[in-house]
Amino acid sequence: MHEVTAPPGATAPVFYEQEEHAHGDGGTLLGFWLYLMSDCLIFAVLFACYGVLGRNYAAGPSGAELFDLKLVALNTSLLLLSSITYGFAMLKMEEEQVDAVLRWLAATGVLGAGFLAIEFYEFAHLIHEGATPQRSAFLSSFFLLVGTHGLHVTFGIIWLVTLMFQVRQHGLIADNQRRLLCLSMFWHFLDVVWIGVFTFVYLMGATR
Amino acid sequence: MFSNIDLQQLVFGRLTLEAIPYHEPILLVTFAAVALGGLALVGAVTWYGQWGYLWREWFTSVDHKKIGIMYIILAIVMLLRGFADAIMMVTQKALSVGEAQGYLPPHHYDQIFTAHGTIMIFFMAMPFVTGVMNYIMPLQIGARDVAFPFLNNFSFWMTAGGAILTMLSLFVGEFARTGWLAYPPLSGAAYSPGVGVDYYIWSLQIAGVGTTLSAINLIATIVKMRAPGMTMMKLPVFCWTTLASNAIIVTIFPVLTATLALLACDRYVGTHFFTNDYGGNSMLYMNLIWIWGHPEVYVLVLPAFGIYSEIVSTFCGKRLFGYTSMVYATAVIALVSWLTWLHHFFTMGAGANVNAFFGITTMIISIPTGAKVFNWLFTMYRGKIRFEGPFIWVMGFIPTFVLGGLTGVLLAVPPADFVLHNSLFLVAHFHNVIIGGVVFGLLAGVQYWFPKAFGFRLDPFWGKVSFWCWLVGFWVVFTPIYALGLMGETRRTQHFDDPSVQPYLMVAAFGAFIIMAGILAFVVQLLVSILRREQLRDLTGDPWGGRTLEWSTSSPPPPYNFAFTPVVHDLDAWWDMKKRGHERPAGGFRPIHMPCNTAMGMTLAALSTVLGFALVWYVWWLAALSLIALIAVTIRHTFNYHTSFYIPAAEVNRLEAQRAAQLVGRV
Amino acid sequence: MLRSLAVLAASSLLAGCNMVVMNPSGDIATQQRNLIIVSTALMLLVIVPVIALTFIFARRYRASNPDATYDPDWHHSTQLEVVIWTVPLLIIMALGAITWISTHTLDPFKPLSRLGPNRPIPADTKPLEVQVVALDWKWLFIYPEYGVASVNEMAAPVDRPITFRITSSSVWNTFYVPALAGMIYAMPGMETKLHAVMNKEGTFRGLSAHYSGPGFSRMNFGFRSLPAAGFDEWVAKAKASGTNLNREAYLALEKPSEADPVRFFSSVQAGIYDVILGMCPEPGLMCVTEMHQIDRAGGGGRASEENRKRLDYDNRRLESGTEPSGATFPASGRPPQGSVQPEGMDPRDQTLSRDGVNKPKTEPDQGQGNALPGADRTPAPAQLNTAPPQGR
Repeated sequence: MHEVTAPPGATAPVFYEQEEHAHGDGGTLLGFWLYLMSDCLIFAVLFACYGVLGRNYAAGPSGAELFDLKLVALNTSLLLLSSITYGFAMLKMEEEQVDAVLRWLAATGVLGAGFLAIEFYEFAHLIHEGATPQRSAFLSSFFLLVGTHGLHVTFGIIWLVTLMFQVRQHGLIADNQRRLLCLSMFWHFLDVVWIGVFTFVYLMGATR
Repeated sequence: MFSNIDLQQLVFGRLTLEAIPYHEPILLVTFAAVALGGLALVGAVTWYGQWGYLWREWFTSVDHKKIGIMYIILAIVMLLRGFADAIMMVTQKALSVGEAQGYLPPHHYDQIFTAHGTIMIFFMAMPFVTGVMNYIMPLQIGARDVAFPFLNNFSFWMTAGGAILTMLSLFVGEFARTGWLAYPPLSGAAYSPGVGVDYYIWSLQIAGVGTTLSAINLIATIVKMRAPGMTMMKLPVFCWTTLASNAIIVTIFPVLTATLALLACDRYVGTHFFTNDYGGNSMLYMNLIWIWGHPEVYVLVLPAFGIYSEIVSTFCGKRLFGYTSMVYATAVIALVSWLTWLHHFFTMGAGANVNAFFGITTMIISIPTGAKVFNWLFTMYRGKIRFEGPFIWVMGFIPTFVLGGLTGVLLAVPPADFVLHNSLFLVAHFHNVIIGGVVFGLLAGVQYWFPKAFGFRLDPFWGKVSFWCWLVGFWVVFTPIYALGLMGETRRTQHFDDPSVQPYLMVAAFGAFIIMAGILAFVVQLLVSILRREQLRDLTGDPWGGRTLEWSTSSPPPPYNFAFTPVVHDLDAWWDMKKRGHERPAGGFRPIHMPCNTAMGMTLAALSTVLGFALVWYVWWLAALSLIALIAVTIRHTFNYHTSFYIPAAEVNRLEAQRAAQLVGRV
Repeated sequence: MLRSLAVLAASSLLAGCNMVVMNPSGDIATQQRNLIIVSTALMLLVIVPVIALTFIFARRYRASNPDATYDPDWHHSTQLEVVIWTVPLLIIMALGAITWISTHTLDPFKPLSRLGPNRPIPADTKPLEVQVVALDWKWLFIYPEYGVASVNEMAAPVDRPITFRITSSSVWNTFYVPALAGMIYAMPGMETKLHAVMNKEGTFRGLSAHYSGPGFSRMNFGFRSLPAAGFDEWVAKAKASGTNLNREAYLALEKPSEADPVRFFSSVQAGIYDVILGMCPEPGLMCVTEMHQIDRAGGGGRASEENRKRLDYDNRRLESGTEPSGATFPASGRPPQGSVQPEGMDPRDQTLSRDGVNKPKTEPDQGQGNALPGADRTPAPAQLNTAPPQGR
């Protein structure tokens, strides 16, 4: 390393690094993880609101009367399953099998869309019954918490479809692998949040 | 006829010609001034053919240094706006005593104090702090840019978009009349049915996205991009405070976003989070907004502490005393800042246990803060203090801030707070810490790092004039305001019944004009320095005898900051390098990998601003259109894989040779 | 130089003013004042040396001083660090202890234990209960014990403990009489309490210290601390003023108005305060307490459309055409920023002359502003809005 600038004197340390190091993309994953944590806090606020307002029925219907647990259980299983299919997509990504990745992604997208469809049906049904977000603070916080999660899933699906195009276009290049990894974190994060929603909103709401 | 009205509503929402305040002389003059100034600026840029330059080199730039400067320019512009509000407030107060009513009716005055608070925190202090962090931190850790350069550009434009939306409320419609935190139920649809609160919500939401993303960006930069050898305990103190400040931002801005989203739902959809009826709970908003609001104070003041630390050690020619305890103090302040929010509403009646708990957590913050002050003091001890432009601010800061801390601890004692809460004493207290702590720090930072950014120093004479005006002005304004608080006068009043308060208000108004002179002196300083730039030129890149890595490169630094990444062996890396006789590498340069400029950040932020405007005025088609465009453009952007390029070795060679010639020429 | 001038000017200003917070007249406010003094003194123990050291070090170690030691590598001293952290810690421990104790003794929800230093409450003293309602932009005081009410002026016998029950009609306010005791929020649909006693006679200023809309600056009231006989006279004066505070009168009163003159109600419909607190002064509305009862029982069920209609508190003001507290363009129908006065606000050129209190525009004895037709004197049942049968 004759290029290294060393000051006169044998013990003098190296002050400049002359080799260019490629900036690793570890930064992206860290940054995305930080974003997820900040998103998590948005959900934390919504959970807190639900915790404070969740029994303010305003002399209206309560969760026990409104929630259809069977439907929600089906919904939950769809989302959990979609996390598994996404996991398979990631495994196939490790094996560099573009077609298999795309297939598993498509399955994930379909399951996510199914989840959204059921949620949409549930909301429509509630609103039709008069249990609108405007009816009570309980329903406001319920709709906003569940709806925000649904919105996240919607954006997740848009992202997923976009990524499928990009994987088809460019293959599993490093950029795309990184993006798939980010979406993977996002998708599993939504799963974890949903488990919270299912437990605290639906199960505890239906049993009290 | 009716279909006409419907069509108008369809196209313009609730926006009508009436929304333009053409019958309001104050606003008309303001508008004329802004329009003329804007036209002059546009004309000048066009005349000199600088649009291309501005577009290529600034607006679309992903260089953290340029983005940092743009942040600071935005902050200074908004400082002028926010300060104009302040002048109007103090003069109204001084004139509206007893029989006299002043010149601002409540309808106008209430918007002014709301806008003053909102602008000064969100669009002055925040961009200023972010700008300094953006410019300095990557240089201090020996990085070439931040972790996500595109995101950085986007964050800036989102902040600017929020600021533009706020400014727009001056000329189209009006701003909120609720106080800067818009407490419901007053800010709810039932009690504030106009556009004011909507402007407030969407400006902050747009700017908030930028702030959160910028914080993520800066944290990732510090964690991932430090120069080799720079362990966390060799990180310059300013970077530590930047890290702490951004860690707080990442945890609190989502809370603000969610809270304002809930308020927006109440206003737009008719939900009942914070309403009086249907089980809503306005106390919930109070808690949520202060869970954001209190740590926000530390977001602002921690980087200022970092700036003071850098300046003290540089101008005392001495290593910072108690670096380790400084780092721990920063961390403790950041951690405890999340546990103090309730002290903003002891008077809500939460009960003695809760109040006492939050009172004591608040006081605990003063322990690490006190330790910091002592550390600065003992850095001065056995130093060789040069009272140059940046350092005099520290001399103003320590006594001012310490007294602000005193009144702050007073307010943390719940029973004492019961008589001081919401009073002018409180107003004086938070201005004391925010002006004495944050603003002084930022202005000191400008004096300190300006030569790094532009290659010449700021004129010292006008800097001193500015400093003395600020310091004296501050105390002339806020001493009587403290006194008024002890006289039982409260904040946000447009009128005072008791004529005996008028002398105090007059003195305060006079003081505000002294501060105005300080701001003008600062502007003059900038102009004089630009004119005298050849005399003030610094070719060394290290005009103050600096200690940290930003001083090791040229002023202004080349686009890539460092031709070779420095290797760090000690805290105060540059001091160490100078001491041990490093040599600048003279050759062997390699091509440098850099991010490409992009117009995407500006496009997305512009679309967001249009979306915000459409939502304020219920122009639903435009809102839908801009939202769809926003998503489409984002998706389109992700198809662009070519976001970086290489600066050829020859170009690096040329720039470095230039710098070598400058260094030789100096000797 | 400039700075010392400023300090001089400031201190001379401070000398000649009436700092009610530092010179209060009620026992609670006096204890709060003492707390301010003790805390300040404790903190000055560390703050004075810090400021002094700043200037001493700055002078001694200036670069131009050849005699000063220069030790560029001295940056650590364990002993000093221990002192640096311990001194503030000790002071905060002392302050923390004071805080914990004083927060509990001066909890506004806690009934008084004394009238003043070494002055226990006589056994036969019953506290005076005052129900306080913050309206858009005036204060209503109801005296349930005496069956009278007043607007923008209250009175209390000196040295008699007072129990305030505080609520608001629309938005938040703060009830604050600086000479008497600290402030506490007045919040719609909720009740806060304040216990205090006034030890001196006189007229003191009361105000809202929490911004609540355009009329906020003039939302002041007079607090008259009277001897027992004087208080009885004051009540008698109210009794003689001739109108009843019933629901109609209240609904007319709660409409936004600014700088209202002092006025009295000779009688008060029973339970009116509970109705105000329940946000159901309008006939047919469901009170908050009833809603809470239903909610605790598990809600009103699916078929609860009737309940929904009876719970609309906030929007009734908008619908009734009175301007909401913070109405802005375009909802207010006024041009933005304009000097056009909001509804319920006095024109700007009015004369407001007060010496610290709302001086009535006419003599209060004449029973101002009570030309309310159909004021009936028969007391109503406590629960004014009977609930329809529930859905469940």
